[in-house]
Amino acid sequence: MKFKFLTIAAAALLLAACSTTPREGADADGSSTAGAGTGTSQGNLSSAAPGTQEELRQTIGDRIFFDLDSYSVRPDQRRTVEQVAQWMNRHQNVQLTVEGHADERGTREYNLALGDRRANSVRDMLVSFGVPASRVTSISYGKERPEVLGSNEYAWQQNRRAVFVVR
Amino acid sequence: MQKYLATRLGLLALLLVGLTFFTQSARAQLTVDITRGFVEPLPIAISNFHALDGEAGSAGRDIAGVITANLRSSGLFEPVDPRAFIQEPASLHAGPRFADWRLLNAEALVSGSIDLQADGRMRVEFRLWDVLAEEQLVGLAYTTTPSNWRRIAHIISDEVYERLTGEGGYFDTRIVYVAESGPQNRRVKRLAIMDQDGENHRYLTDGSTMVLTPRFSPTRQEITFMSYEGDRPRVYLFNLNTGQREVLGEFPGMTFAPNFSPDGNQVIFSMAAGGNTDIYTLDLRTRSTQRLTNHPSIDTSPSYAPDGRRIVFNSDRGGGQQLYVMDAQGGSVQRISFGEGRYATPVWSPRGDLIAFTRMHQGNFYVGVMRPDGSGERMISRGYLVEGPTWAPNGRVLSFFRQEPADSSGQVRSRLVSVDVTGFNERELPTPMDASDPAWSPLQTLPGAS
Repeated sequence: MKFKFLTIAAAALLLAACSTTPREGADADGSSTAGAGTGTSQGNLSSAAPGTQEELRQTIGDRIFFDLDSYSVRPDQRRTVEQVAQWMNRHQNVQLTVEGHADERGTREYNLALGDRRANSVRDMLVSFGVPASRVTSISYGKERPEVLGSNEYAWQQNRRAVFVVR
Repeated sequence: MQKYLATRLGLLALLLVGLTFFTQSARAQLTVDITRGFVEPLPIAISNFHALDGEAGSAGRDIAGVITANLRSSGLFEPVDPRAFIQEPASLHAGPRFADWRLLNAEALVSGSIDLQADGRMRVEFRLWDVLAEEQLVGLAYTTTPSNWRRIAHIISDEVYERLTGEGGYFDTRIVYVAESGPQNRRVKRLAIMDQDGENHRYLTDGSTMVLTPRFSPTRQEITFMSYEGDRPRVYLFNLNTGQREVLGEFPGMTFAPNFSPDGNQVIFSMAAGGNTDIYTLDLRTRSTQRLTNHPSIDTSPSYAPDGRRIVFNSDRGGGQQLYVMDAQGGSVQRISFGEGRYATPVWSPRGDLIAFTRMHQGNFYVGVMRPDGSGERMISRGYLVEGPTWAPNGRVLSFFRQEPADSSGQVRSRLVSVDVTGFNERELPTPMDASDPAWSPLQTLPGAS
């Protein structure tokens, strides 16, 4: 039991370290990312090569999260999309795929459609922020590729996501 | 009757003969009453088939074993323990001593014999007896190659089931499904196919590409499914005889949720393009496509009524996921689900009388059925995740998959189950690994591809 808790906590920490967006990050998250060796706010310094997945992940975050059965970009996630758009405009060679994902609490086929909606609403927002549509593709994985393991509220929240993947 | 069987068995090169043992006057009353929810299973004795030729080996015992397992799995029959049998197969071949079988409380008796012919083919004879009325209910003989013994056992099982329940059989069928292994985030998914009892299992894909939602053609040895090959999620066709695979048409977006029309000529599916999902058909003969829905909602999981005139599908056009019925051209859309929660994966029964579905409500998943007008809704199973019902060809038995919650290391258990439409007799189907997305074949008309 104790072990299980530790595992979840470790996963949470790890996730906070690698995916926290500046807007979303509470103080606790900020300190944990600092502990993991990255900055504590937007515009932080990255050791990764410019225009790479690693730089995107370290400086902005490579994903945003969605509410249950919803595909509209949450107000608290909008800033991340905008930053990704700015980042893409700085790196004109970058081609991006937006992956849409759903949690496991839905049916397979509907969730494929929901993942497609999520990926497309993010793609549309990138385009609205000035990224040429030709540089962004989308793909849905429905509920087939969860990131956080387990069957609990935390995992479901983390798995309702769109992920930015540099091609 | 003979014509029906002959059609079903056509390519088995099978000779069928009706057998009459006694002339009967009284009409037999022996039936299983399956109209009630819970059924008292009918005690039935299944004797080893008598080998008239020593070369027939263990086939007589094997055939009886398959019939016994089939009838028991239906939940409608209680096979009598063969160790209690008094009359031997050899003497049974000359006719039952009914008193011996009454002593075991057997109400029905299956007997048979196997003979190897000079041409190498096998002749299997079987008879179904009403023990209390002391008369023969069915007598049939099949001639086929010995390697077909298992199919013969399934066909005989179907004969017994049909005669005693009044329902169509479903034992001479197969199930295609998705075999799963590995943790949640790196799940390996392969197409697999097996007989309805788990025998003759084989994989159709190697797991290098994720595959989902296979469905059988009603008329050909063909399935349609979705694959992520080349990171392009699309619908494919797979020929079970040749192993050939082809993409279903060229579309600008993701195609998924495929299903065949009852005549096998159309594939109906969803396409997601620009964030919107609608339902389309593709005619396999002309390759022409038709768009059936044009709505900003998600429209998916289409399934035809057996007459091909209507389609049930899943849509969130009213806000949440609900079930809708439309005509085959996409007109006259009507919502049919009105209960609490979300409804999904509707599948029209091959009998036409019911629609099975998945329902999500207050953290639980259910598999349920309702009439095509939405009335008579009832749940037949419940769990953390039960999803994706498919009908056996008799419209009486369903299969779906049951997945348990994952542990913190992402290990997850998922299995196929079968259940009677009443909700009784839920059983796990044997699969070598985890399993999901079952699709039941029609009654077979061609010899197995293996």
